[in-house]
Parts: sequence; C-alpha cells; structure tokens
Amino acid sequence: MKEKVTKEQIQEALIVRHTKVVQEKLNQARVAIAGLGGLGSNVAFFLARAGVGHLHLIDFDRVDLTNLNRQQYSIRHLNRPKPEALKEELLEINPYLDIQTDFLKIQREHIQELFQDADVICEAFDQPDQKAMLVNGVLELLPEKKMVSGSGMAGYGNSNAIQTRKAMGNLYLCGDETTGIETGKCLMAPRVAICAAHEANQILELILDE
Amino acid sequence: MFVNGEQVHLEGEQSMTSFLEARNYLKDRIAVEVNGAILPKKEYDNYMIKQDDKIEIVCFVGGG
Repeated sequence: MKEKVTKEQIQEALIVRHTKVVQEKLNQARVAIAGLGGLGSNVAFFLARAGVGHLHLIDFDRVDLTNLNRQQYSIRHLNRPKPEALKEELLEINPYLDIQTDFLKIQREHIQELFQDADVICEAFDQPDQKAMLVNGVLELLPEKKMVSGSGMAGYGNSNAIQTRKAMGNLYLCGDETTGIETGKCLMAPRVAICAAHEANQILELILDE
Repeated sequence: MFVNGEQVHLEGEQSMTSFLEARNYLKDRIAVEVNGAILPKKEYDNYMIKQDDKIEIVCFVGGG
C-alpha cells in the first residue's frame, strides 16, 4: 500500500502552484454550492483542487444515468445522494478539506440558516424558477453575501457567448443568459463545464481579491 | 427610466407587475433591481415605476 499523503505535503504542493499568500486565503474560505449537477459538481471539483478549505454541498437528488453525460459522477455512484457521492470524490483529491453536506431541497425559509457561514454562495440549480428563488432569496435576506449564479449554458459550440458579469448588488452572473433547456437544446458536458469554470473562477476572484 | 442600461420612456402610471407583463417577463424566473436594491417579489404589484428609476432585470433559463 502507498504511504499516506499528509496534510502538510498537500499544503506544500498547493503552495508550489498557488503561492503561500494565495493558498492561505483559499484554506480559510467558505463556499456553499447549491445544486450538484453539471454546474455544481464541476464547480466543487475546481474549488477542491484549488484547496478551498471549507465546502458546503447541497442537493436533494440522487445520481442517475442521465447525469453521467456531464456531471462529475460515475457508474459506482448510481442511486446515491449527490452530496455524499461528491464529497467522497473530493476527499480523494484532498482528504483534509472540511466538507459539509446537506441532502435537502432548498426552500426560501432555509436560506438564512443554510448560508449564514458562507463567504460566497454558488447557485448551480438547473430549473429556472429555482434559480430565481435562490437568487432573490439571498439578495433579499442576506444582501451582504457574495453570490455567483449560472444562466444559459445549453447546447454545444459558441463557447465565447458564455460570460461573467456583475449583474446587480453582490450577484455575479455566468452564462450566455439565453440558451436554456426550454428551447429544446440539449445539455452537454463541455458547455456546462465552461459555465461552471466561469462560476468557479469568479468565486476564486471574490475570495482572493477581498 | 433606464432598463438594463437602455433608456425607456415610461408610459403613464405603471406598476412593476404590469411593466414586466407587458414585456413578457416570467415573474418566477427573474430578479429585479431598482436603483441598486433588489425589489422583493411581493412588492412587484405595489411598486409604481418612476421616470428616473434605474431598473436591472436578470432572467434565468434552465440548465445546470
């Protein structure tokens, strides 16, 4: 059996890539991810690889076969709750991350308690009314929190239409803002991952440029 | 008034709800900011738009 990788070794390796000043900020950061599908599972992988110290993963769904075209799960995860399946995967990248999970369908009345400790909240739902519910709820109830949301990443091609902008208050919006599943477009791994990378990249900027 | 950065002429008295309906926005898929503050959904019916308002509307489409 291979020797166990220590916390110190992982820290050293992250500092080699990120520098000490950056890594110390990432270690302290707290990010909540609401929705662990194509957006959320990819955002979580990016942030775990970056060594973001405290992650809160929230979803009400279980992994099914239709998820595997774009979400960071495998056959071995089928039927398992997404939060615990994803946590297990992230701990294979960095076993020393603090990862909290909630197997829960988020309603407006959960928002204050669920997100009070987060530095940044990532909206990564797939249904547009759920996205709007969470964004409105956070902007109304926790206006001081920074929030990153995704809207418009269906289909393929047209990579450069996906953008990040500060849309209002503390809300940063990623996506092309038009291409949805409503228009009959499919959802495919690359374009969803481009949007997820926009979200994760904006989250890192919010953490590091504070 | 300005809507998403574009100047728009306000025609008579209009609530946020009637303005959004006239422009075919789906109320449960948007967020609306007026003059830098989020407008809670429960206030859409009562909020009367003013000529110098700066309104930002974000639309959510499905997929994730």
